[in-house]
Amino acid sequence: MNRAEVDMRTQIGNVVFKNPIFTASGCAANGKELSTFFPLDSIGAVVTKSVMTHPRAGRPTPRMAETPSGMLNAIGLQGPGIETFLKEDLPWLHQHGASTIVSIAGESVEEFAALSRKVRNAPGVCALEVNISCPNVENRGLVFACDPRSARDVIEAVKRSVGSTLPIIAKLSPDVTDIVSIAEEVVAAGADALAMINTLLGMVINLDTMRPHLANKTGGLSGPAIRPVAVRAIYQVHRALPKVPIVGMGGVLTGADALELILAGARGISVGTATFHDPSAPIRILGELEKLLHERGFTRFSDAVGYAHREGE
Amino acid sequence: MNGLSSATVQAECEVVSNRRVGAYHHLTLSAPGIAEHAKPGNFVAISVGDARTSMLLRRSFAIYQTMARGPFGGTVEIIVAAHGAGSSWIAERAPHERLNVVGPLGNAFKIPKDPVRALLIGGGYGSAPLFALAELLRQKNSRVDMAIGASTSDRIFAPVEGKRSVHALHIATEDGSMGSKGRVTDLFDHKLAAIDIVYACGPMRMLQAITEIAASAGVPAQCAVEESMACGVGLCMTCVLPIRGSDGVIRMLRSCVEGPIFDGTSVQWNDVGTIPPGTYGAPR
Repeated sequence: MNRAEVDMRTQIGNVVFKNPIFTASGCAANGKELSTFFPLDSIGAVVTKSVMTHPRAGRPTPRMAETPSGMLNAIGLQGPGIETFLKEDLPWLHQHGASTIVSIAGESVEEFAALSRKVRNAPGVCALEVNISCPNVENRGLVFACDPRSARDVIEAVKRSVGSTLPIIAKLSPDVTDIVSIAEEVVAAGADALAMINTLLGMVINLDTMRPHLANKTGGLSGPAIRPVAVRAIYQVHRALPKVPIVGMGGVLTGADALELILAGARGISVGTATFHDPSAPIRILGELEKLLHERGFTRFSDAVGYAHREGE
Repeated sequence: MNGLSSATVQAECEVVSNRRVGAYHHLTLSAPGIAEHAKPGNFVAISVGDARTSMLLRRSFAIYQTMARGPFGGTVEIIVAAHGAGSSWIAERAPHERLNVVGPLGNAFKIPKDPVRALLIGGGYGSAPLFALAELLRQKNSRVDMAIGASTSDRIFAPVEGKRSVHALHIATEDGSMGSKGRVTDLFDHKLAAIDIVYACGPMRMLQAITEIAASAGVPAQCAVEESMACGVGLCMTCVLPIRGSDGVIRMLRSCVEGPIFDGTSVQWNDVGTIPPGTYGAPR
């Protein structure tokens, strides 16, 4: 196959990425480790681990449990804090040619606004992911993406801070009754794109201790087990908001999995849990996807986005 | 945050042999590119099942020994205890089957420049990485004593060829089926009168007990920890432990990248499973 036959470029807001395969926030640390396995500039973008204002120790261990075709995690956003991130991690990614989408997480509307102001002018940032859907915060009431009004408040505040300097990608939770209504709220509030889906809240009980296995009791479920949920959510939101770019994620382990999300409406694909299984997964999936698109007669990646919605035939 | 060693690679490795050793499986893998760079204490992370596996997380194994050159190119040997479905699958691999291996990973045991009197302590198959360490120490003209403990004799990993690497080997089993009856910590004088350095690998409680003994004797102890990992390569942040740094600050460090070998006194053993108050980034 001649790889040049498929134009893999994709656009999110006003930013063009060389291809649609991204890492997923929280599954790539801040890029250094993955650079051992493939050049970071060979994928569309590195999405960094959601960073908060202050350094954060995260949750106690155990933080993880393997589940059928997936895993449960409750890391609790362990990270260096925005100052160290901007001083060390982001410049490193910039030097290594990575297109970087910085993911931020806050405990209040004001924290999100302040974080986005700090990221706005940092060199080497392509877009801003606003993680309003991390399930591992102290208080489930803080999952902004589970409440239309809270979700809108955060995105409005970020939009006021960032203006049009960076595309704003709102990361949504599938743990809602109607994800379309949340998507409509955040788009109305100024989100340029949507990232979906974050993990689903789950629990594993350890049969030796006969207590919840995770120290946090609950954790976020990810991996191929949740892929049909992602396909459904992306399909519904793309149907309602066909012009809004979606960065799709949820159990993508192969190029075929990525194509499924793309046909549902994803314009970018984040590879998350798969990197734990196979640290070369993002670059492998890119090659597999290109081949599958070519075999189906696509010459441009963008033509496949939302193709499952087409009329007739 | 550190990256990985530039020597780390991901490779499809053929199983050269799989031999049963007591309760364990001794797998030899053809792993050119990994074997030449591995140091005692390093580990490998192996994926489970085929492309359609339902078990996504890698299993990590300390490297028992390596051969940089041989009939199969470089080989890496590991000792597998079939604890659960994933490690059982790996333990059942037959010669000529392939495993996806990432390695070498983690830090290595630190070796003093001058000859020392070293005590190496292994719990169960935790003895596996200690034989290559013993070999290296002996090349530096060090005196190497080894103590291995387990619940039963079939869980003592002490191969004949490994025994040649040590000056003296002591064994304890809790049921008395091999060596003396009792725990590994019963095997040596707790004053550590003739010991300059302790190296240990095994369950957390054993490492904690050894750290306490070594600390009260004023002897450093390098401990290789067993903390549950999901990726082995520093991405997932699940294998963290509270570690006190030389600046006195406790940080939650990844045992896969910043470990698995830590100075025993730096590990906050009693606080494992918590975020100790005052930890860098702890809730305020």
